[in-house]
Amino acid sequence: MSWDAVVEMLSSPLMQRALLAAILVGATAPIVGTFLVQRRMALMGDGIGHVALTGVALGWLIGTWADLVPQDTLAIPGAVVAAVVGSIVIELVRERGRTSGDLALALMFYGGIAGGVLLIKVAGGTNASLVSYLFGSISTVSTTDLWWMVALAALVLVVGIGLRVALFTVSHDEEFARASGLPTRWLAITLATLAALTVTVAMRVVGLLLVSAIMIVPVAIAQLYARSFGRTMVAASVTGVSVSVVGLVLTYWNDIPPGATIVVLAIAVYAVAAGLRPALRRPVPAHDPHPDLPDDVVLAREDTRD
Amino acid sequence: MSADRTDATGPTNAVEAHGVEVTLGGSRILLGVDVVVPAGEVVALLGTNGSGKSTLVRALLGAVPLSAGTVHLLGEPLGPRAPWSRIGYVPQRMPASSGVSATAVEVVASGLLHGRALRPPRGWRTRVRAALDAVGMAGHERRPVQEMSGGQQQRVLIARALVREPELLVLDEPTSGIDVPTQATFVDTVARLHGQGATVVVILHELGPFEPLIQRAVVLRHGRVVHDGLPPRPRLDHAGATHHHEHAHHDPDPPPTGPALGPTLGPTLGMEAP
Ligand SMILES: Nc1ncnc2c1ncn2[C@@H]1O[C@H](COP(=O)(O)OP(=O)(O)OP(=O)(O)O)[C@@H](O)[C@H]1O
Ligand SMILES: [Mg+2]
Repeated sequence: MSWDAVVEMLSSPLMQRALLAAILVGATAPIVGTFLVQRRMALMGDGIGHVALTGVALGWLIGTWADLVPQDTLAIPGAVVAAVVGSIVIELVRERGRTSGDLALALMFYGGIAGGVLLIKVAGGTNASLVSYLFGSISTVSTTDLWWMVALAALVLVVGIGLRVALFTVSHDEEFARASGLPTRWLAITLATLAALTVTVAMRVVGLLLVSAIMIVPVAIAQLYARSFGRTMVAASVTGVSVSVVGLVLTYWNDIPPGATIVVLAIAVYAVAAGLRPALRRPVPAHDPHPDLPDDVVLAREDTRD
Repeated sequence: MSADRTDATGPTNAVEAHGVEVTLGGSRILLGVDVVVPAGEVVALLGTNGSGKSTLVRALLGAVPLSAGTVHLLGEPLGPRAPWSRIGYVPQRMPASSGVSATAVEVVASGLLHGRALRPPRGWRTRVRAALDAVGMAGHERRPVQEMSGGQQQRVLIARALVREPELLVLDEPTSGIDVPTQATFVDTVARLHGQGATVVVILHELGPFEPLIQRAVVLRHGRVVHDGLPPRPRLDHAGATHHHEHAHHDPDPPPTGPALGPTLGPTLGMEAP
């Protein structure tokens, strides 16, 4: 590609908005994803995504009733509300035991999609109206959408990074967190809410069906190489921005769907990263893997004396 | 939980638990346990596998919900207002790995959060280093705990409890899997904290290197306290035998409800659960 082509791409307002959206999503989603993976709730984003679809349709329905123009003005607020409520329900059910948490997630998957399809019909739309939410349509991101995304992403970043250690603690060892008097339920609900907001931020870029991929796959890539939680999070975020921007740029010159491109790219990066891991991984800091054992010598001497 | 606040005894008791009942998965694990630990005492909590020792300390610290009973820690009722910054807890083991690496520093730093303190205080790095140093893990700060041996993980958990410089230390089999020299170092650390007035509740299967420190033993059996008094001094019985049986030699009375209770607290008792 020539320099002129790049300048042309960057001067397109549509592309500017899309790039900003991609960077926001690429940076925030993996941060929340790192906590979710650590908490063994990698699929939570999917559950929330499905519920958010009902929220989109609900927003649409209210928009139709209120004669708003365009009808889907309230789609994102609707998605935010449904996602937050859904995530808190998932979290509270999970608290009661893991198997039923699994089941709750499954119910949300089906209920969310079915509810969305039903409500959109009631609202006078068609299933096609939902497609852009299901699979993302970054090219239709409006300035209003973008402001929503900026605000939500900022909130996710501030809370997620500000409460990083507390969210780490509750995700790493919930029992210890409870035995330390930490408000574990509130922290878990905070994390669930962050996940819900992330889903709605990422919805326009990769679509609700693929939203979880941009939260989880960069983390999967990062954890192949990173040796600490903090580094995993930073590396996942950087990876997320990279694949989102590269994927988006690819769709500028090729007629391919951005959301799917970004996700396929991320998975390709994962495959390559996993393949190269044995060769590339930084060697473990050079020290004897066995802790120094001067005491052994002492014990042995004592034994011989006996 | 904080039904009655009879502060008559005041903060002279580090732990004061009355009528503690815990139901997990439909079975009653603890049945009316009373434990009072005066400040500054070192108490061993003994009992066979599954007798409810871990459940008791988890209940005392609010990690599992009580179905009945009251708990006061350092004079405050269990809850958000308990003095969490002065309580350190070493659980029996580290939770299974989740795939995201966490370094020793990150795990120990999580011990600096408590109650309403949701962010580590200033100068946390120095404190974390010192705590890791105290358990002989200096030089392993940046290693992922997932790559450590069981004993090394245990040391990290101890450091996570020590980093608060606790006044009440609750230890669940802290020295299992730890080599003899490190056990000795750890016992020295506990002895030093005890010398400064700390209270220690420690779950053990054998008194081992803790023996000189232990002032009292509480023995659990089938979720009830069956002995509360002098620690079992005659160690000859224990030395050769399997450590599945901790007998309270000073208290030959059979447990009052003994025969009715199976080791799993069968379905008859489970039915009573709400
Ligand atoms: N989450 C749970 N759900 C159901 N039952 C449980 C749960 N946790 C513990 N139990 C049961 O409670 C009983 C007491 O367990 P606990 O871990 O307190 O024993 P312990 O005295 O610490 O044993 P050990 O010496 O093996 O550590 C056991 O019978 C165990 O099966
Ligand atoms: Mg135990």
